[in-house]
Amino acid sequence: MSTPSTQPAAYWEVEPHHHEDGASTNIGFWVYLMSDCLMFAVLFATFGVLHGSYAAGPGPKELFDLELVALNTAFLLFSSITYGFAMLCMARDDQRGTLRWLGITLVFGLLFLAVELYEFHHLIHLGAGPQRSAFLSSFFALVGTHGLHVAFGSIWLVTLMVQVNRKGLIPANKRRLSCLSLFWHFLDVIWIGVFTLVYLMGMI
Amino acid sequence: MSARSHDHDSHDHGSFRGYVTGFVLSVILTAIPFAVVMGGGFDSRALTALVVIGCAIVQVLVHMVYFLHMNSHSEEGWTLISTLFTVVIVVIMIAGSLWVMFHLNTNMMPQMNHDLLPSGVQS
Repeated sequence: MSTPSTQPAAYWEVEPHHHEDGASTNIGFWVYLMSDCLMFAVLFATFGVLHGSYAAGPGPKELFDLELVALNTAFLLFSSITYGFAMLCMARDDQRGTLRWLGITLVFGLLFLAVELYEFHHLIHLGAGPQRSAFLSSFFALVGTHGLHVAFGSIWLVTLMVQVNRKGLIPANKRRLSCLSLFWHFLDVIWIGVFTLVYLMGMI
Repeated sequence: MSARSHDHDSHDHGSFRGYVTGFVLSVILTAIPFAVVMGGGFDSRALTALVVIGCAIVQVLVHMVYFLHMNSHSEEGWTLISTLFTVVIVVIMIAGSLWVMFHLNTNMMPQMNHDLLPSGVQS
């Protein structure tokens, strides 16, 4: 009965309904972001448990500079809206506008990283490095992981700018830009948790 | 949730108005907690903490709606379902960790400070 050359009979609908190209990429990337969210939740929980364990070392009130944190928050918030403008340009197939707004987003992302690296360097210089106390270990793990995400997001952003520059706003590049958009806004959401629970709550 | 009437695109990239609304709301919701804490906070620490955390929760919702374009029908509702699931797990994980470790600390600390306590206090 069965010949190897024929397709097996389909007992289910092979094409139940039309999915537009890249729709499964978006939902898949969203699920990745949720798993990333769980990883941050673990780091937040660790910080929450250890935030009072100073080991007779310096606490948040001696270490943190809220003006610097406010500046960093502003950088990240600006980068969020400039990325949004890039997406609006992309929806209009405006390649130059997209590249321009992506470039501005990249500048804000790099400024954020520069300030964060300065802060880390300053803390380590004060002798408040990650090995000083459990509080500082969990602080560097949480804030450092977020910074690492921003760093990789920036690399991704540069990659996509090169791609868009060379191949234009083809559907594949639009899909990639949508994924990075989710990633970039997601990092801003995580940063809300960081500046609230780590910096502001530490200073109250 | 009202600023999404203009998009004809099958993919939701948001609208200019949506992004600006989200941005302005985010700036306000960031400025309030920073101003409160940098100004020394309210007399009651609990009230200060409540305002700071309340602003953060509202701002996360603002970002989700205006920047991440979440709604009940994007990806046939799967983004909303997966997000709600994640929120449940996150709340259980963080609240559970804090609860368990808080009790561990209160149970362990008197033991560690044994010499500092007057004799006969510990049962």
